[in-house]
Formats: sequence, C-alpha cells, structure tokens
Amino acid sequence: MPYKIITKRMLNDTIALMEVEVPHIAKKAEAGQFIIFRVDEQGERVPLTIAEYDRKKGTVTIIFQTVGASTKMLNAFEEGDYILDFVGPLGKPTHIDPVTKRVCVVGGGVGNAIAYPQAKALHNAGIAVDMISGFRSKDIIILENEMQSVTDNLYIMTDDGTYGEKGLVTEKLKALLDAGTKYDEVVAIGPVIMMKFVAATTKPYGIKTIVSLNPIMVDGTGMCGGCRVNVGGETKFACVDGPDFEAHEVDFDELMKRNSFYKEREAHDKEHVCRLTGGKRHG
Amino acid sequence: MANMSLKKQPMPEQDPNIRNKNFKEVALGYTGEMAVEEAQRCLQCKTAPCVAGCPVNVRIPQFIAKVTAGDFTGAYSEIAQTNSLPAVCGRVCPQESQCEGKCVRGIKGEPVAVGRLERFVADWQMQNGKDEIKRPESNGQKVAVVGAGPAGLTCAGDLAKLGYSVTIYEALHTAGGVLVYGIPEFRLPKAIVAKEVNKLKELGVTIENNMVIGKMNSVDELFDEGYEAVFIGSGAGLPSFMNIPGENLLGVYSANEYLTRINLMKAYLKDYDTPIAVSHKVAVVGGGNVAMDAARCAKRMGAEEVYIVYRRSEQELPARAEEVHHAKEEGIIFKVLNNPVAILGDPKGLVSGIECVEMELGQHDASGRRSPIPKEGSNFIIDVDTVIMSIGTSPNPLIRSTTTSLEANKYGCLIADESGATTKEGVFAGGDAVTGAATVILAMGAGKNAAKAIDVYIKEKHQQ
Repeated sequence: MPYKIITKRMLNDTIALMEVEVPHIAKKAEAGQFIIFRVDEQGERVPLTIAEYDRKKGTVTIIFQTVGASTKMLNAFEEGDYILDFVGPLGKPTHIDPVTKRVCVVGGGVGNAIAYPQAKALHNAGIAVDMISGFRSKDIIILENEMQSVTDNLYIMTDDGTYGEKGLVTEKLKALLDAGTKYDEVVAIGPVIMMKFVAATTKPYGIKTIVSLNPIMVDGTGMCGGCRVNVGGETKFACVDGPDFEAHEVDFDELMKRNSFYKEREAHDKEHVCRLTGGKRHG
Repeated sequence: MANMSLKKQPMPEQDPNIRNKNFKEVALGYTGEMAVEEAQRCLQCKTAPCVAGCPVNVRIPQFIAKVTAGDFTGAYSEIAQTNSLPAVCGRVCPQESQCEGKCVRGIKGEPVAVGRLERFVADWQMQNGKDEIKRPESNGQKVAVVGAGPAGLTCAGDLAKLGYSVTIYEALHTAGGVLVYGIPEFRLPKAIVAKEVNKLKELGVTIENNMVIGKMNSVDELFDEGYEAVFIGSGAGLPSFMNIPGENLLGVYSANEYLTRINLMKAYLKDYDTPIAVSHKVAVVGGGNVAMDAARCAKRMGAEEVYIVYRRSEQELPARAEEVHHAKEEGIIFKVLNNPVAILGDPKGLVSGIECVEMELGQHDASGRRSPIPKEGSNFIIDVDTVIMSIGTSPNPLIRSTTTSLEANKYGCLIADESGATTKEGVFAGGDAVTGAATVILAMGAGKNAAKAIDVYIKEKHQQ
C-alpha cells in the first residue's frame, strides 16, 4: 500500500515540506515521534521526525533537507505521487511534565522543523515557551510564522547577521540565562554539534536539558541496534528508548562519529543518483 | 526392495571457493532421479518415528512413498496437508534433531534425507505444479496476526484454510520475518519465501506491511476493530550485546543489523542504496546458526579473514553441524574456547582489534553444558576491522508494553500455554516471542497449534 503525498512545498532552496496521507499513523502520532520512509525498492529506510499531524485529515507532515541520496529522491516526488513505504509513529513521544512552567526550545537549521512541533506541544499544554531559532542566513529561514504562533518569545539568530540577531544559539541562550530568565527545561534539536554545545551551556546552570537524537537506523523498532547511543554510560536504542534523551548524559562525540560511518558511501550515492536521473530512479 | 545404502544421496553443492564469493544458493537440490533413489532408502516403518519428531507432523512416510513412485505432485499434497512452508522447511529445519534424528535408518548409517526430499518436492511443485489453490468459503470471522514471520504465516495459513478472514500486520516492508531479514539468500532464496507468501495471499490472507502494532493500533484496539482473536508472532527482535568496552565503536554490528542490511536491504547488490562496512578482517562473536550466517555473509562481502569467536568448545557450538561444516569449507576460521573481553579502536573510533581471553571448560552448568572459565593471563588480540555480535536476542517489548493484561516472564517472553493462549483472553502467541530465540520450525509448530486453539476459542465463544 503506497502512501500518497497530499501537499508538497519548498520552505527554502533545500528544505521541503510534505504532507502524506496516513490516517493510521496520524491517529496515534505525537510530538517527538518519527516515521521511516523508503522511496523505492532499492532505497534505504530513512527516519524523519514528524513535523505535524492532522488527525481529522489523516495526514502526517514531514520536513526534510535534501542532503543525501534518499532525501533527494524523496524530493523528486510531487503532490499526488506515492511513497513506497512509510511506517510509524515510532519512538516515544516527547514527555511533557505538567509542573513545567517555562521552557526554552532551541532549534538549529532544519532541526527547527522538529523543534517547532515540540514547542507547539508544550504551548498547547499551557507551558510558556521561548524559542531560539538558529539559521545560517536570512534566505534559509523556515517556519517563522508557525514558531511565532506557539512561543512567547521567538529569537531568530543568523550566523551572518542578515536577519534577527547575529550569533550562535548558545550565545543567546547564555545571555538569556545570565539575564535571569528562569527555565525549568531546555529542549535542543539540531545538528549534533549544536546539541552538544547547548548541553554544555545549560550544564553549569543545572537546567534539565532534552535533545532529540537522529542516529543511523535500519528498522526503527528495536531490532537492529544500529541506533545505539551512550546515555549516562548505558547503551540505549534511540528508536525505542528515545529519540529524546537527557542531554547532559549523552555522549555526543561518540554519536558524531557513529553518524559519520557511511559518509563516503553517501557522497558516492548522492552524486550517482542526481546526475543520472535528477532524483527518480525509474523515470 | 529398499535401497540399503548406508549413506544419503549426496546433495549437489556449489564449490566452496566459488560460492564464498557469491550469494547464490549453496545447495543445488536433488534431481528427480536422485530423489527417487533416496526415497527408496525409506523403510516405510509403520510406527513412523520421524513424524513424531516433526513439530508440524509432516506425513513423511506417505510423501516419501509418493516420491518413490515418481508421483511428485502427490508427494506435495501429502506434505501440504500439515506444512504451509515446505520449501522453507526443507532448507532450514534442523532435521538431524527432528525427523531424521528419529529415523530407523540412522541407527546404522545415515538417516533418510527427509529434508532434502521435502525441498525437492516443494521446488518441483513450484516449477511444475499447477496452482490449484482454492479459496475456502469464508466463515465471516476476523482474526488478526501480528508479525509475518514463520509463526504468523503458519497460523494465518491454517486459519485461512478453516475459512477465517485473516489480516497479518507486519512492521517491515517485506513479509517473511527472519526468513527475509535474517537467513541469507544463499541458504534460503528470497524468491522462494515470496512464493510461499503469495500462496497464502491466494488463500485469502491479507498482509499489511509497515504496520507496527503497539505503535499504531494496539492489540486492544484490534479487538475494537472486530477481530475475534489476535495471534502474536512478533519474534525475538532485540539484539543482545556483551557490555564490554568498545561495543559502540564504528564497525561493531549486531548480527541482526549486519544480516538485515545484507538480506532485507540487499547491501550485496550494487543497485541498492544500503551502506555497509567494507570489511577485511571480521570477528563474529557467538556460535549459533545466526553467527554462521553472519560469518558466511562477511566472507561473501569480500572479507579476507573471518573468525568465529566462541567461548565454549567446538562440541558445544549451538549451530547445526551442516552450517559449521559449510562455514569451514568456505574458509571461516574457528576460534573456539575464546571469549572477547574488549573491542579496540583507533583514534577515529574505528574498530582495530578484538581482545580475547582463552577459556577452559569447567563444571557442568544449569544448561547441562560445561561452563567456560577464563584462563588468567591468556589475553591476546585478533586484528579485525569489523565485529559482529551474535550472542542472541530477547523479545521486543513493543507489544507487551502496550497491551493490557498481557504477561511476560522475567526474560520478556510472553507467557503462553501449549495451545498458545496467553494471559489475555482472545490473545494467542507463539514463536520466538514466547520461547526466546529458537528455530523456524518450532515457530511454525507454535503457529499451527495456536491456529487450532483460536478456531476452538472462536467456535466456543459463538456457541455461548
């Protein structure tokens, strides 16, 4: 049973949004969970965090950056096309603690697409949400209105200062903390290196910090163990124990190494796929 | 007059030094002549001890008699009465401890090659037989099966034959469970699994792929959807690790991951995107059939040296003798009475070696085997770039943690009686989800028993 793409639009040059008709997943999806897609028979199984779901329409929205062969091929699909495999919702939903009063959500790049639903879920639970959203430059900013609508304060940061404030998300976070802003929790979602530094930033303040990890996976149901991460000295499977973990416990350096294991092969595939068919493998 | 040869008809096989570089099937199968010749070794014992040794009670003397008479279609009908996956069983069953282990001819000489004959008949039927699958008349009652592995497929097939409307929910994108993600192509071609699965579909079984029960619908919700009973055959998914230093280094795989990348995700075929390590020296830790599969896959993926590291002696290897024999023929190096203590890495985090300690066998332990004891100071290092952990699995907690009043034992195995009935009314279970990691045929036997019990359960429910 292939899965129909209802909506597709580009949020910037390399980040696409797709709304997929999957009523059985939409019925159960919660913020923080992910899906796995496979574009075609030769494709990899690729995990993507759920950006939004609509139980009434029976749809799940994914937002992805076209970085590898699989995401490039997925991006070659248009509205009305079908994705071969789409399975979920996988992983544990984001834990929302009812006693939490104020949370700071930190997003980096395409990670904002995952940070946004978490911010929204917190906001809908009546929790005050500030968000620090980092991008390289003005022209790649995504979801600004959406993020605005679920936050008390949205701080957009750009590396080059072309929009919002110039600087890193960690600099802003530290400034807010030093200015006396009290957060019960910080949630960080973005590149592993960013999450590592957010964790390092909040640690001296003793603020509970949660990160959403996206390691290499195959099945996503706890069968392969490829997604194992070292959390507090224990091996956890991100697909079933996560993807959210206590940031101060995560061994980010190991995760970065593990995520780079197939880089050469990926670079090769990416070139191969794009040049031949512009994305689609069979016309 | 029976063929009184003490030896089985040998199985034609690919040459070891050719086959260890390809993924084509190792055993090539009997010809019709060879099958008839072998079938004539059967004494047609009235007591048929072989049948009692078979978890699904294949009508062995009856099908062999048909083979002897050259009636291969008839032979197939005999097998198909109790076995819904004969082409699979003929290849992967541990016959030496089941049917063939009980064969009278085995007392003096080799037993009748029941497995090879079963495979021959199933393959012959696939190639030459006319599909005469009749969809049984529906009784209008719905049963859900969780997991399209050996247990689930067997249970679904038997229920469909009784007229039930059966839907299998499978988490992966292909049906077959361990038959597609675990057992390699060279032992069990995936085209054969697909054909067996298609036969079930023709019987009327619906297979829904990409459906993770417990994450989308729960078992409780399946009942809300009108299913009268649910069979859980979700397997023993969760891979175990040794908890030794270095297990998260790059190049350490669970056997599940390594085999899934190769078998389900076809990393051995160039046109598939699936990445896998390019390995030169590989250590596979463990001594079971899965370890043999992983080692033989690694060899075929181009590794020059592949080691099996096993803590007991060769006698205790849990793998089938045939698998060990095939692995050795293909150049796998056995390091028995050795146990890993650490995996070593280079500055980039890549595996550079495995540190082992020599072992000796001490007293008999609870499993009846002599327990291995490390020899102090005997540590040594094997240079490897890949380590595959094949030391077992435990049942996946997804279902039991999302289903009310479904109980499991301390190992996480679902509690079920002999019929497969669990602690929850209307829910039956079988295969590795109940027993922990075991064999394909035991899972099939459990699926079969559960199908009978489900039929009785639903009939009784409707009489009340």
